[in-house]
Amino acid sequence: MSILLDKDTKVICQGFTGSQGTYHSEQAIEYGTLMVGGVTPGKGGQVHLDLPVFNTVADAVAETVAEASVIYVPAPFCKDSILEAVEAGIKLIVCITEGIPTLDILEVKIACDREGVSLIGPNCPGIITPGESKIGIMPGHIHLPGKVGIVSRSGTLTYEAVKQTTDAGFGQSTCIGIGGDPIPGSSFIDILSLLEKDEQTEAIVMIGEIGGTAEEEAAAFIKDHVSKPVVSYIAGVTAPAGKRMGHAGAIISGGKGTADEKFAALNDAGVTTARSLADIGDGLRKAAGW
Amino acid sequence: MNLHEYQAKQLFAEYGLPVSIGYACETPAEAVAAADKIGGDEWVVKAQVHAGGRGKAGGVKLVKNKDEIKSFAEHLLGKNLVTYQTDKNGQPVGKILVESCTDIDQELYLGAVIDRSSRRIVFMASTEGGVEIEKVAEETPELILKATIDPLVGAQPYQGRELAFKLGLNSDQVKQFTKIFLGLAKIFEDCDLALLEINPLVITSEGNLHCLDAKVNIDGNALYRQPKIKEMHDPTQDDEREVQAAVWDLNYVALEGNIGCLVNGAGLAMGTMDIVKLYGGEPANFLDVGGGATKERVSEAFKIILSDGNVKAVLVNIFGGIVRCDLIAEGVIGAVEEVGVEVPVVVRLEGNNAELGIKALAESGLNIIVATSLNDAAEQVVKASGGE
Repeated sequence: MSILLDKDTKVICQGFTGSQGTYHSEQAIEYGTLMVGGVTPGKGGQVHLDLPVFNTVADAVAETVAEASVIYVPAPFCKDSILEAVEAGIKLIVCITEGIPTLDILEVKIACDREGVSLIGPNCPGIITPGESKIGIMPGHIHLPGKVGIVSRSGTLTYEAVKQTTDAGFGQSTCIGIGGDPIPGSSFIDILSLLEKDEQTEAIVMIGEIGGTAEEEAAAFIKDHVSKPVVSYIAGVTAPAGKRMGHAGAIISGGKGTADEKFAALNDAGVTTARSLADIGDGLRKAAGW
Repeated sequence: MNLHEYQAKQLFAEYGLPVSIGYACETPAEAVAAADKIGGDEWVVKAQVHAGGRGKAGGVKLVKNKDEIKSFAEHLLGKNLVTYQTDKNGQPVGKILVESCTDIDQELYLGAVIDRSSRRIVFMASTEGGVEIEKVAEETPELILKATIDPLVGAQPYQGRELAFKLGLNSDQVKQFTKIFLGLAKIFEDCDLALLEINPLVITSEGNLHCLDAKVNIDGNALYRQPKIKEMHDPTQDDEREVQAAVWDLNYVALEGNIGCLVNGAGLAMGTMDIVKLYGGEPANFLDVGGGATKERVSEAFKIILSDGNVKAVLVNIFGGIVRCDLIAEGVIGAVEEVGVEVPVVVRLEGNNAELGIKALAESGLNIIVATSLNDAAEQVVKASGGE
């Protein structure tokens, strides 16, 4: 088992014929993802990467019975694309695009919640179930099928954690980048509750960063609802207050959202914390007794 | 993106909200002329910088005659104002705001943010205006009243009335407050704000509500659809190196240490700073070269890092997911040669084609130390910078 995504998940791509959509769809197909088509308005009826192109998501779903969609369209058009996918009955939407206005996401999130849609991202690397399927821009080859579930606000930090769990031979069940924006489509808690229920996942790595209180909320959730060992790393101990550190959501404002506060909340909840990002693998050995 | 107070007040005025009559001035002569236009015999002069704490730092003054205006304007304009929110160099004062004077009976607070937990715009109001609201939130959270806006229907008049009654306002003031509340909510949505603060929102001696200060922050992701607001951007308030970095699509933040960091990915860039610190060093900067790290951008990144005279060593940390490490290595070699990097450079490459990249660096004959792991990289760079 895994969460949200496996080798049988039928995936379409919105923004299919663009450069990003093309490159990453090729990579996904090569990895084994069951890509069944794509959407580019005005190019319906064409064939791209040996797959059918549709004008609308509704057409794509009617024809292919796709359940998941990955979005590579530019930020100004993402709200429209996500809402189109929701309306067409897609249940897993992965939005890779960075730079979507926060007010757009507030509205989109309401539509997703109403229809029971899992939105991953925006501004994220995507989701991968190693050995089965990947939706997003992560390098497939560093992954290994296994027993660690990984959830993270950062792309490259996820890769570091993946590499350490691959090198140690633990492997990963499913890895999800929830993205670096202030309002992510799926929260740590959404993903933690899925990983807790997943039989393949034996331990969880959660990678947070400065800004907001998502890690504190996750700590409270872990304390009451997660029985599996959790290892957590928080980036940004050295980040100054009031400065946005690359990600739109990575900012300490009004003295709130520091890494130290987050580490403290996680420690209080019984989570094994790694103060160095090089120590995530060791943290797992300790927390899970491997 | 931040607005100056005078720009935020112009915006408020467009939405019919009560603000003082005032003019932004760039010279002492303009300031005196502004006072003539406003009339009366008392004015407030305020430095226009993107930082709070201006009053305590001597950036705000009540003046009673033209000579005072002239000398205060001469004193402020062209100088840097250092407040508790700025760095030690402060922020340049290019403009001052000359305003009519307001007689204050009571100071309230009214603000709005996008609350990340509830995923809603949340308004906050308090009777404790004029002081740092963070302090109020910390010490007496019960004095902060909240109203949550439903994104589908927007702010409603009853929410304004509820806040106003709880603030203890009289019936006329309740009407005024509700109008201000609805106006601000409209500005928030129309202009893609991320934060909005009126501190203080005052009750004048005549009993009317008045926006005495105005702080506005706009969602940077939404600027493409806010051309009018984008125009208001004042680049003199930004760090020069951060501006230069942005031209090349690099995310750079200057810090106080002496170890330059060049990393791909925002999270990894922070993690790299943290590990430098764990090994006893002090990072000089945050720098994310992003996913599409080309040779040119790596060169520019080096130039920006080295424009900080404190930098004694540079750590390059790349996890090649999509990017190829051999291309990054080429970029590093090119940059070290072209820019003439004289400080030691420690490079850690991992992922796509890392071996090829490491080989190229080792064979370059340049002052480049190849690290075998993240820990090794941190240790090496701290040593190279002269630390322990």
